[in-house]
Amino acid sequence: MKNKSLVSINDFTREEHIHILDLAGAFERRPKQRILEDFVVATLFFEPSTRTRLSFESAATRLGARVIGFSEPGSSSVQKGESLRDTIRTVSNYADLIVMRHPREGSARFASEVSKVPVINAGDGANQHPTQTLLDLYSIRKTQGTLDNLNIAFIGDLKYGRTVHSLTMALCNYNTTFHLVSPAELKLPSSVKMHIKEKQLGYHQYTELSEVIPKVDILYMTRIQKERFQDPMEYEKVKNSYILRNNMLDNAKTNLRILHPLPRVNEITYDVDDNPKAYYFTQALNGVFVRQALLAAILGVVE
Amino acid sequence: MEKNDQRKELKVSAIENGTVIDHIPTHSVYQVLRILNLTEYNDQLLIGNNLESQKMGKKGIIKVSNKFFKSDEINKIALVAPSATLILIKNFSVSEKKKVEIPAKVETIVKCFNPNCITNVEDVVTRFDVINKDDLKLRCHYCEKITAKDNMAFK
Repeated sequence: MKNKSLVSINDFTREEHIHILDLAGAFERRPKQRILEDFVVATLFFEPSTRTRLSFESAATRLGARVIGFSEPGSSSVQKGESLRDTIRTVSNYADLIVMRHPREGSARFASEVSKVPVINAGDGANQHPTQTLLDLYSIRKTQGTLDNLNIAFIGDLKYGRTVHSLTMALCNYNTTFHLVSPAELKLPSSVKMHIKEKQLGYHQYTELSEVIPKVDILYMTRIQKERFQDPMEYEKVKNSYILRNNMLDNAKTNLRILHPLPRVNEITYDVDDNPKAYYFTQALNGVFVRQALLAAILGVVE
Repeated sequence: MEKNDQRKELKVSAIENGTVIDHIPTHSVYQVLRILNLTEYNDQLLIGNNLESQKMGKKGIIKVSNKFFKSDEINKIALVAPSATLILIKNFSVSEKKKVEIPAKVETIVKCFNPNCITNVEDVVTRFDVINKDDLKLRCHYCEKITAKDNMAFK
């Protein structure tokens, strides 16, 4: 994996995904190792994403790397009209690895082609966010002991949710049965469903959240955004139908865990947070270990 | 003018040198002209449409004097008129005949349909994988979105 860019979840094979998860496990056991002291990591955030940036910077800093970069385009040469091509060419002189977030789809692939150093995509518009997918896989494996043969429910905005699309595609390698719960307007797009069908995996579609809960090992919650609806009345009708409350979990399997890419707004009520099935904050912590694994593997300090 | 006598039955007269694009679907003739910039062409250009064809029922044909298309241009023809045949004419006779073929990869010539794709924002050469040749679908190498026949625009 040394010097390999990570732009799309499909850039790495199933074996490479598993390898990263194993490495992340080692960092979870020993998160502070100064193995990247000789390295500079650049975090270029052409649109703000505090959570993702801090997670990467925490991962790099805990391994002893120096971090340079910017957190929004207003504070960079972008505002002066510099092209992405020139920014990346310049920064790849200063850093050993570039982490970038950009509002345009395909920007990370393009950056990886003009950069002298490897690029990790921290989100390119609505396209890909592969480190989120890897930390989701890590969280699923950690809580279930396996990635194989699980029943996984996705709830909420399955149409526009980039996280849901990438994770669905990755899970198609593990004989997953999918339970898809969304309003009719926000169903999983056929371009993603195509991957499930190709592998001949089971999938079930629902509009009711409660009926799916007893059936699954993972509940992956997402936020439904008002602006996704053409008709605001439609949003008003469905907005409360996809809220998870603690008393809905009474019939859940004991191994069920609740994931959410965060930030949440109101789709999981606060009374769920103390339920041992709530896993979303630990999931965010896992992101640091997965990013440590990626930085170390791509910079070539671990095999 | 012996040669002319031989060809007097032709619906579209012969050219001395150049390229005949034959077997164009009737609805694609004007698009072919546009994507090849033939609307600006200054030499002799002969166009026929809705002509009878044994193979296709009705077809279009374009004859372009003193023009031999480059592979980029031929790929463009293949994308909008996959049934087309190219006939190279030298001195009134056929020197070569070939069917156009949709390539596995398409570079430069097509615009990505996704307005938020980096190729529509910065000066980036477009690249696509052809994922379906029959029901034409191109997947953008950059944004990974699909550009289909109905929303295809050319650079």
